[in-house]
Amino acid sequence: MNPRLYPLAATIAIFLLAWVICVMQFPYMLSTRVVGNLLTDNAYLGIVAVGMTVVILSGGIDLSVGSVIAFSGVFIAVMLRDTGLHPILVFALLLVIATGFGAAMGWLIHALAMPPFIVTLAGMFLARGAAYMLTIDSVPIDHAFYDLLDDAYYLMPGKGRLTLIGLVMLLTVSVGMIVAHRTRFGASVFALGGGEATARLMGVKVGRTTVMIYAFSGLMAGLSGIVFSVYTSSGYPLATVGTELTAIAAVVIGGTLLTGGAGFVFGTLIGVLTMGLIQTYIVFDGSLSSWWTKIIIGLLLLAFILLQKGLLRVTMARVGA
Amino acid sequence: MLLTIRSLTKTFPGTKALDGVDFDLAAGEVHALLGENGAGKSTLIKCLTGAYERDEGLITLEGETISPRSTSEAQELGIGTVYQEVNLLPNLTVAQNLTFGNEPLRFGMVDRRAQLRQAEAMLEGYRLDIDVSRDLSAYSVAIRQIIAIARAVALSGKVLILDEPTASLDAREVETLFAVVRGLRDKGLGIVFVSHFLDQVFDLTDRVTVLRNGQKVITERTADLDRVQLIEHMLGRALKDDVVGHAKAHQAGREWPELLKFEGFGRRGHIAPFDLSVGEGEVLGLAGLLGSGRTESAELMFGLAAAHSGAARDAKGTLDLSSPRKAIAAGFGFAPEERKEDGIIADLSVRENIALAMQARRGWMRPIPRAEQQRLAEDYIEKLDIRTSGPEQPIGDLSGGNQQKVVLARWLAMNPRFLILDEPTRGIDVGAHAEILRLIRQVTAEGMSILVISSELDELIAVADRVIVVRDRRHVAELTGSEITTDTIVHAIAAPDRDTTEVLA
Amino acid sequence: MTALRRVTPQLLTLAALVALVTLFFPDFLRIEVVNGRFVGTIMDILKRGAPIGLLAVGMTLVIATRGIDLSVGTTMAITGAVAAWSITQGYGLGGALVLALLAGVAAGLWNGMLVAIFGIQPIVATLILMTSGRGIAQLVTEGRILTFSHEGMAFFGSGDLLGIPSPALLWLLTAAGVALLMRRSALGMLIEAVGVNRAASALAGVNATVLLIAVYVASGLCAALAGIVATADIRGADANNSGLWLELDAILAVVIGGNSLMGGRFSIAASLLGALIIQTIDTGILLAGFPSEYNLVIKAGLVLVILVLQSPNLSHHWYALRRAARTRRETAMDRAKETGR
Repeated sequence: MNPRLYPLAATIAIFLLAWVICVMQFPYMLSTRVVGNLLTDNAYLGIVAVGMTVVILSGGIDLSVGSVIAFSGVFIAVMLRDTGLHPILVFALLLVIATGFGAAMGWLIHALAMPPFIVTLAGMFLARGAAYMLTIDSVPIDHAFYDLLDDAYYLMPGKGRLTLIGLVMLLTVSVGMIVAHRTRFGASVFALGGGEATARLMGVKVGRTTVMIYAFSGLMAGLSGIVFSVYTSSGYPLATVGTELTAIAAVVIGGTLLTGGAGFVFGTLIGVLTMGLIQTYIVFDGSLSSWWTKIIIGLLLLAFILLQKGLLRVTMARVGA
Repeated sequence: MLLTIRSLTKTFPGTKALDGVDFDLAAGEVHALLGENGAGKSTLIKCLTGAYERDEGLITLEGETISPRSTSEAQELGIGTVYQEVNLLPNLTVAQNLTFGNEPLRFGMVDRRAQLRQAEAMLEGYRLDIDVSRDLSAYSVAIRQIIAIARAVALSGKVLILDEPTASLDAREVETLFAVVRGLRDKGLGIVFVSHFLDQVFDLTDRVTVLRNGQKVITERTADLDRVQLIEHMLGRALKDDVVGHAKAHQAGREWPELLKFEGFGRRGHIAPFDLSVGEGEVLGLAGLLGSGRTESAELMFGLAAAHSGAARDAKGTLDLSSPRKAIAAGFGFAPEERKEDGIIADLSVRENIALAMQARRGWMRPIPRAEQQRLAEDYIEKLDIRTSGPEQPIGDLSGGNQQKVVLARWLAMNPRFLILDEPTRGIDVGAHAEILRLIRQVTAEGMSILVISSELDELIAVADRVIVVRDRRHVAELTGSEITTDTIVHAIAAPDRDTTEVLA
Repeated sequence: MTALRRVTPQLLTLAALVALVTLFFPDFLRIEVVNGRFVGTIMDILKRGAPIGLLAVGMTLVIATRGIDLSVGTTMAITGAVAAWSITQGYGLGGALVLALLAGVAAGLWNGMLVAIFGIQPIVATLILMTSGRGIAQLVTEGRILTFSHEGMAFFGSGDLLGIPSPALLWLLTAAGVALLMRRSALGMLIEAVGVNRAASALAGVNATVLLIAVYVASGLCAALAGIVATADIRGADANNSGLWLELDAILAVVIGGNSLMGGRFSIAASLLGALIIQTIDTGILLAGFPSEYNLVIKAGLVLVILVLQSPNLSHHWYALRRAARTRRETAMDRAKETGR
């Protein structure tokens, strides 16, 4: 097998193993209902993690996405409450804002030659602050179109529901796979992650690519915000605090190298589902406490980082020989 | 002529990297560009590939004047470059690397199959039997170099610059690479070949141009030169007599009490096991071409790389040289070749840079009082004539020569018994040059032993009591007293090395 | 003198902020003595700023080595939980303090080893503890808010000594102690050397590995102190919210203090001023009657300004601009001289 596939294989193996363990204890977890819920509950996380995957593949990081999701929810709720605009129009407007916001951060990272971590930290404050300035309360969304979105699902055999937002997440992952693995932009992303100096030598337009990467992440965060607002039927400026870290963890558990240059969008989906599975198991178990989720995710994170470090050393040693 | 360069000049603050250099390249020739570090090779190449903008001079390609402003512009003009390392992305597949920027698209997406076909077509004629869908990192450096060449040729196709392409290849891989290069030459490409392996130069190239200190020394048909002449041109007599004159003290026939002894000291792939005894107050010189194992010897002695075999002893017993800290504890010091990367702490002041090693040895709990640091710094600023606005100036603001003096001061303040200086006068003006040589003489007179690594033969002749010649990662000769002359050293370096390469591999 | 010049921008910012807040809230600067303790907004800022200030001390050292410690907020939660648990288990004040500090040391050792020995980038290495640490804290508190009533412990949160709130005292003493240690021993210089050039420092015999581990341990210890203060303040350990997002404020304080994220020269005093600036904004916005939601936007603006000021690209442009201006001026003067002649 191509060594590049090892982390992905490990991710899938861990996911399947976890599921087998779950099913052995709770056979019901094999049902399509659980699968449907897994997809629905983690839809917003899956979408935002696709954007994060692209950012991390390029060797960057985007800490602003959790705040952008919260801002999106609040923006939609407030617009629907205070204006007569149709939700679809509001969605379009929001996606433009979120994408522009990401692009601006990308431009700053390139123009100021500052670490992405600190620039997107400012973005995190800014987006959260903007959400606060719109409202400090939870604003419920009450719109016929939202009821429609909420009720849209496909009934799978076994009575599991593949909801619209779950489907949107799967579609987003597919689009992300194409963008990252099948376009020239994606090739540039991997090139940047492999080394900026070499990428430049090979003809990558570093500035333009950086702006596009963070714009894409912004777009994904905006889309995730829409999905989250459908999921919760409200907008709340304190929502999704820390989602950026969960997304980063999902990306790494999905087998993407945190230093950039290697990884898979599909792996990220598995990473998200693995984390969702752990949570589901804990809910099923009932006696286990929810904090085990965090500890297990932390351990998985450590395991993957060490695995990557080890793989890197193995390849280095082989090249050196 | 395919490519002509006339009176190319490039100045950096403090140094003239290129000084009116002429260079010609014909279609269908391999032209070697030779010179030690700092001779101006890489500056010349960077001016050609658009990484630097030239100050003066003319570059014409097929009769047209060109001034590329970026690597990609040079590529489009027809000048492709393959470097020692950073050409391609190991995290992408071979096919992705080859087609990068020109991927075949279908419906806006990369057509993977067409991409593989295109990549295979690009590799045709290079006699490589590899799977282009694998990651580049799966293949050896030699194969990567050939892939890089294939990419450069496909993109550019007129001039190919090979910058030290063989530095990390073994003999068989070099042969494969050379077969590829000869094939391209026969197709009519002009190829510039930069290397410090003389055998390879004689093996592959049609003409040779030697640079030294930013100036062209000669351009000659390779067949009309022999090794000795070539090495003389490269190492030359760059030093003026007044630089050398004062430093040389006649010490013929003198014996030095033994201070240290390295026995069978070696490390696979770095330097073959060597024996070396160091006399108290002796100046040892280490001569050899770039990449011959000079620096590797020093790194081994200072614990930067662990020895695989052998031991070091002094009168009291075996020395532990497993890390720089241990080596320092054993009374060693090391001023490395790469001053900026390994020597200076750029943001810290001259005072702190001088006090650093001493402080590290004393431990953090026993700080050197500020007044003492101040005195130390002022002392050495005066003694070594360091040009600085004061002890508090950040060392990064100083000129190369003065930075070197600060690094020297750092070690002299430690009063080591054995000090290793790797290219102590590289990139330093003539005045500072003479002072550093004088200093070496002075401290050894007080009992310190010094090992000087240098590519300037005259410098070694001026200061060294004994010269070890390194070739192909082996210590091959030891010259003492009146044996130390340009001729003997050059001949020792030049001796054909076919017989020794096997032992190392 | 040089020390004072170093913190001038921070002092000016703080002064401007105080002036601004005073404009909206004239009583801002007033300090009264009530029952033998100083009371006033300033005292309140000093007290509430304790966690950020404590974290900023450790963070300054970590950032000086070109690192970052994302786990300090989580470490606060863990150590707070350990302290509260020890009190409820009857280990007494001394036992609680020792165990909490030990937990901080353990967190620091963990981070330091990942960074210095395994060679994992600091942001990645500390992310692990950041994500999983709250789980550990909840493990200790068993998911509840672990409350206790112990006057000795509570003293660290709400007590006062010589009329000054004890968190403020703890913070200022820690900062002064660490600053003194750095400058009176050789640690400051060695840390800066490792931050600027680890390879060259190691060649000069500096034990970079041990130093790197030590700064993360120091950061863990500072987080432990902050955790104790936070727990003592509410007389309970809240594993979910204690120290939440404080790592970002701490990093911000260090950066506002003019310490470069690229490592090297550092000033603990400047970081403390940074922490005070953040706390003054927090408190000032509340007092001046602005809705607290402006807080984050202002912080974002501050980060951006600092980024622009610190940007290597921009300082290069500045340099080029200044040089161009000088050349222009000089040629103009030359020309003036010539025409004058």
